[in-house]
Amino acid sequence: MSGNRCAVIGVGQTEYRTKRRDVSIAGLVREAAARALADAELTWRDIDAVVLGKAPDLFEGVMMPEAYLADALGAAGKPIMRVHTAGSVGGSTALVGASLIQGGVHDRVLVVAFEKQSESNATWALSTHPPFNASLVVGAGGYFAPHIREYMRRSGAPGHIGTLVAVKDRRNALKNPYAHLRIPGIDRAMVESTPMLWEPIRYLETCPSSDGACALVLASEKAVTGTPAWVLGTAMRSEPIFRAGRDTVDPRAGRDCAADVYRQAGITDPRREIDVAEVYVPFSWYEPMWLENLGFAAEGEGWKLTESGATALDGDIPWNASGGVLSSNPIGASGLIRFAEAALQVRGMAGEHQVDGARRALGHAYGGGAQFFAMWMVGRDRP
Amino acid sequence: MPSEAPPGAAASPGGAVADPGGTVADPGGTVADPGGVPAGDPVVDPVVDHVLEFPGGYTRTTGPVIGRFLTELRDARIVGVRTADGRVLVPPLEYDPATGEDVTGEFAEVGPAGTVQSWAWVGAPRPEHPLARPFAWALIRLDGADTALVHAVDAGDARAMRPGLRVRPRWRAERTGHITDIESFVPEVTKIVSPVRAEYRLRPGRALTRFLEGVARGVLLGCRCGSCGKVYMPYRLSCPECGVAITEERELPDTGTVTTFAINNLPDPRAPEVPFVSAYILLDGADVPLIALVGDVPAHEVRQGMRVRAVWAPRQEWAPSPLSMSNIKWFAPTGEPDAEL
Repeated sequence: MSGNRCAVIGVGQTEYRTKRRDVSIAGLVREAAARALADAELTWRDIDAVVLGKAPDLFEGVMMPEAYLADALGAAGKPIMRVHTAGSVGGSTALVGASLIQGGVHDRVLVVAFEKQSESNATWALSTHPPFNASLVVGAGGYFAPHIREYMRRSGAPGHIGTLVAVKDRRNALKNPYAHLRIPGIDRAMVESTPMLWEPIRYLETCPSSDGACALVLASEKAVTGTPAWVLGTAMRSEPIFRAGRDTVDPRAGRDCAADVYRQAGITDPRREIDVAEVYVPFSWYEPMWLENLGFAAEGEGWKLTESGATALDGDIPWNASGGVLSSNPIGASGLIRFAEAALQVRGMAGEHQVDGARRALGHAYGGGAQFFAMWMVGRDRP
Repeated sequence: MPSEAPPGAAASPGGAVADPGGTVADPGGTVADPGGVPAGDPVVDPVVDHVLEFPGGYTRTTGPVIGRFLTELRDARIVGVRTADGRVLVPPLEYDPATGEDVTGEFAEVGPAGTVQSWAWVGAPRPEHPLARPFAWALIRLDGADTALVHAVDAGDARAMRPGLRVRPRWRAERTGHITDIESFVPEVTKIVSPVRAEYRLRPGRALTRFLEGVARGVLLGCRCGSCGKVYMPYRLSCPECGVAITEERELPDTGTVTTFAINNLPDPRAPEVPFVSAYILLDGADVPLIALVGDVPAHEVRQGMRVRAVWAPRQEWAPSPLSMSNIKWFAPTGEPDAEL
């Protein structure tokens, strides 16, 4: 890893719900930020700079929310900036925050990401049908379903693999008090009884729409308080969505991003050397797809790992012990939650969904048409 | 009833059962149903109207406790009375209904806000009801009270009602010392509508204009990058891979191959029916797919590798200069053998 050492010293999450009718947008982000500060045993005054992330402004219809939220996040007299890389934004926001520490600019940075999906409708916001389009735009589910179909064709994966992921992640969510979708007794039959929305994606194989916020306090080595999760590597990549020959099932940007973050963290065999991964899986089939893209399985073999139970909470490489995006999806925050949960795991503070002895964890986010990627590796031990 | 209504909510429609204050506190009144007897043939079934009404109305002596309650109501305040064991009854009574003991005579101001505990939705209000539009009879526990008051909630829509809903009284301007001095309760303000509307004047860019002008003539225009040799569709001015300007135009056929697709079961204004297929279609000779509808075939018969051709709307339906894809209805199977993917 390049630059100065950086650690996560505070994590704050709101409860994720369909509608947080009890708080304003400012109240929502403050709830997460205050919890992160409390976790770090710090106050607003201890923060040098604030980095805010969220997905498209059209989701809430609040243009440039960073301007509106600067005071709410205690940024008076301090730098505040906003990050936006579509669905991967939560991850990118953490990485921008980390870079301010790694670059020696600041000692303590508050990173916050949120979405209040109940204020409008994300599918509407992603399919506004402006004139002069040459291609049909069909929202996130309609966009990703064909790539899942192509993965199934290429890998020959049996049709129930997506169901297994949907059940596993929702069972994990029952152990996470912040999780939005909590479905006691969920099983394959329940998932398979739900209708196809964008075939091959079933209703219970897709993520919910959530309100929620997540916050981290990042610190330089000399400013560490409490229990740190050390940042071992950070990487972002993007690729042109309309590039000829682009592999939408196994995007090059994802592979390159993973290779970069593993190199910084000294990882050569991710499945063996990483203890737990929080990976952006908004549709269940993205678990086997990303298992391959992130090098946990060979090409065409990801679904076998899922089927074997290796990614379950008691498997050898638990994926999304928190319940993942399939269980909580405040879009702008979803990536940051992955990064935060990775940090909680190596700090030993993940509660009922703690993976015993987790020392190294991967946080991952992707966005847009699977063309933006953000990843970090965090560890219990100082690098 | 709304689906989230708790069991039993429908069992207290008029409030009388759960109303400790009796008729004084019953805002709905107790007048019998006036519309229950249909008019019939007077020869066979003689029916006449008859009104029984004590001239000027009965009087009710309120006594000290309910009198205090109504007097406070006239001043737009709500009070309850404290029982010997410290609970606050609202509306107040002269006695503790749980023990039969006298209440203390100590009055406590409560509310004005309160919380809905249960309710029944009145979809078709009667003439005697406090509101002429649909409303809820609700058990409302006012802040500081230990019992619930029955009153109307003007929530607009049954779906707005839920246990825990916070409500406040809407007072009449002219008050007389009656439970109807509160016209109804209304939900607290928890959200506002914030309309956002941006008006644009849009013009397609140079490349898209060129492409859509082609579609207007029935031609699909692509281009070939002189650096990497890839053929892009729709026509564009630069290569996203190489970053160089593209100068070579290339007309593409309106046939291609479905590389992959989704069967959409959610309605879409641009699709003629549900389910509809949105497909990645690689036009013959192109290196990037476009996303388009596939039609003229049942959704579940669409295959990866299926050969398709654009279905153009009849020429006479073409707009003079649509600059859109609307001249192409969708892509339909050609019947050729599937292509190898």
